[in-house]
Amino acid sequence: MSQEHSEPAAPRREADGAQGERAGRGGPQAGGRQHRNLPVAPPLLDVDRLIDDRRTRVIVCCGSGGVGKTTTAAAIGLRAAERGRHVVVLTVDPARRLAQSMGLTSLDNTPRPVPFTEAAGDDQARGGTPGGSLHAMMLDMKRTFDEIVEAHADPDRAAQILANPFYQSLSSGFSGTQEYMAMEKLGQLRRADEWDLIVVDTPPSRSALDFLDAPQRLGRFLDGRLIRLLVVPAKVGGRAYLKVLNAGFGMVTGVLTRVLGAGVLRDVQTFVSALDTMFGGFRERADYTYRLLRAPGTAFLVIAAPEPDALREASYFVERLAQEGMPLAGLILNRVHGSPAARLSAARSLAAAETLQAADNGSAAEGSADYGSAERGPHALAIAALRLHAERMQLTAAERRVSEHFTTAHPHVPVAKVPDQADDVHDLAGLRAVGDSFRSP
Amino acid sequence: MSTRDTDWDGVRLHVVTGKGGAGKTTVASALALALAAGGKRVLLIEVEGRQGIAQVFDCPPLPYEERKIAVAPPSETQPGGDVYALVADPESALLEYLEMFYNLRHAGMALTRVGVMDFVTTIAPGLRDVLLTGKAAEAVRRKSGGRPVYDAVVMDAPPTGRIGRFLNVTSEVSGLARVGPIRNHADTVQRVIHSPETAVHFVTTLEEMPVQEAVDGIAELRGMAGGGIQVGGIMINMVRPLELDPGQLRAAAAGSVDEHELALGLKAAGIDDSVRLAADLAAELTEHAVTAVGQEQQRRRLAEPGTPRYELPMISDGIDLGGLYRLAAALRDQGAA
Repeated sequence: MSQEHSEPAAPRREADGAQGERAGRGGPQAGGRQHRNLPVAPPLLDVDRLIDDRRTRVIVCCGSGGVGKTTTAAAIGLRAAERGRHVVVLTVDPARRLAQSMGLTSLDNTPRPVPFTEAAGDDQARGGTPGGSLHAMMLDMKRTFDEIVEAHADPDRAAQILANPFYQSLSSGFSGTQEYMAMEKLGQLRRADEWDLIVVDTPPSRSALDFLDAPQRLGRFLDGRLIRLLVVPAKVGGRAYLKVLNAGFGMVTGVLTRVLGAGVLRDVQTFVSALDTMFGGFRERADYTYRLLRAPGTAFLVIAAPEPDALREASYFVERLAQEGMPLAGLILNRVHGSPAARLSAARSLAAAETLQAADNGSAAEGSADYGSAERGPHALAIAALRLHAERMQLTAAERRVSEHFTTAHPHVPVAKVPDQADDVHDLAGLRAVGDSFRSP
Repeated sequence: MSTRDTDWDGVRLHVVTGKGGAGKTTVASALALALAAGGKRVLLIEVEGRQGIAQVFDCPPLPYEERKIAVAPPSETQPGGDVYALVADPESALLEYLEMFYNLRHAGMALTRVGVMDFVTTIAPGLRDVLLTGKAAEAVRRKSGGRPVYDAVVMDAPPTGRIGRFLNVTSEVSGLARVGPIRNHADTVQRVIHSPETAVHFVTTLEEMPVQEAVDGIAELRGMAGGGIQVGGIMINMVRPLELDPGQLRAAAAGSVDEHELALGLKAAGIDDSVRLAADLAAELTEHAVTAVGQEQQRRRLAEPGTPRYELPMISDGIDLGGLYRLAAALRDQGAA
């Protein structure tokens, strides 16, 4: 712990998700009984320590779509800035309201300052350190691709590439371009060295793994055999190359021509030969970014919701990062439900609701209900509260089960839990509330 | 029941999209079961290689092959129907396409070796999509003995953020191929997708971001060139029943819960510590109410596009086959199938 708190930190929740999540609103904690099922307790992920550590220069937030990746990245960025870091958040596809929540009407390919003002009184409680700054930017993948081309080719050639129809499709449509360009942008920001912490929100890939694979796939394509094959005719001219290459290659171009049509092939060939001089540059940049991802200053955070699909993806990702030797800091589990009344089990709660319902039905049958509404028995409110509570306890239990599955498979991966927010997060206060769950134990 | 009207009687290709996490695959699966009821034959196609269908139906990973995975339950008057599933990947679809139109299956190995497969299936924009939508269109059009092989095809499509591009086959490919065989293929697929036989359903939860994406996605499809693509229903997923009446809900959302009344109720049910527990349960009620009020707002937003909406209950202890049947029944009861 590198940070001093002027007040004791809130009691850290244990792995048992069935506890009160909202400090201040919850009643007394049900101490002592939480371990009766011997839940698998993962180590706690200390996000504050991670962001307070000046050696942390890049935080990559990854995970499957719909788990709150963007919000988490923004919350981490804001918290780090409020703790004195100079932060830039690179996001790929923010919800409009999220951009607004950061005080930005629009985001473009340039880092924009986010005006955040710390409430003076909260500053200390938050463990805040003045002097931080926050920028945010949204990736424009076409613009980023264009910039690479412009940087690596002379003006004539660059113009030729930018006008090529195949390039235009590739730069805005290729399923891996977004991932590749996010990595490229990360490399640029790191080289610029204007920020001491870069928080990256990875693209909403169908699978979290695309993020690692796509840049390599594009790289592999760009200096693969197909490209060389396609480049040959443009260089040699005519069809003489067919004699040079083996019959398999000839057949391939034949098939491509028949399936795609000659026009497509010509566009690709023109594009590829124009790009030829840049291949080295592409490969180099991809390698640089890949090395950056494995460097000691980089930390990966896998984001998930406590649901089977999201945690399955998280599991794959954890394994993959280990394989690649990339530094995993831990798992952030978003939208975890809890209850301030966890001492009342779902079963008891439902039983109590039934008891009251039976009593209400009885008094309604006797016609003795002197309550205003015919449907509303004397215990309606308690019945509603008990049913809701039972449902929440069931949900909590289900969430705990799936997160325990994860921890059983990956017992050493630290986990931080972010309580579900009753309302959608769409302003700095909301981001701060998320960030508060990263408080060090 | 066999002659009853549904909201989508003429539709044979049901494309199901939604924001990640909203339950797209589950709802697509339930819709396939619902459409199969009454002795129908339905094909459920997955295109994103996640093996989500296999997980939903709890069966081993599915190959590129149409395979029967479930039966719709028979009723007293009708036989049950069959649901088939297919996991379509672009590489297999390309090989099949080459074989079907060019008798070139043997070329596959050589194509893979030099990276053509990488090119076509991951890099060439639009080609991948046209191969996948093409497979669905082919299944819709396939006939045997003069009648369609499948009464309906349900596609578990990419998420809302990508659905417009995914379905906008011709314009995607036209950047690449202005003429030629791929272009012709794309045009055929395009005709199927733009026909009244195709409808795109949106799955959402009652949260702000998924709702926003659904509303944006609907506008995008309607605004597409060539008269747009038919928007189907909005499937509102994971709906929890409200436990409070509207008046109580508003009061609770504002933080006003009668803790005394609550405590009396708890005491009457024989629960100890009723006063402190009442305070904690009141906090839960308030959270529930805040969420519910927000959801009501989202419901109103979903009414704006003016397309039918269907509500699907939250299945809180995880989706199993029983849960799927419940969702399928809910879809049928509301006229979605």
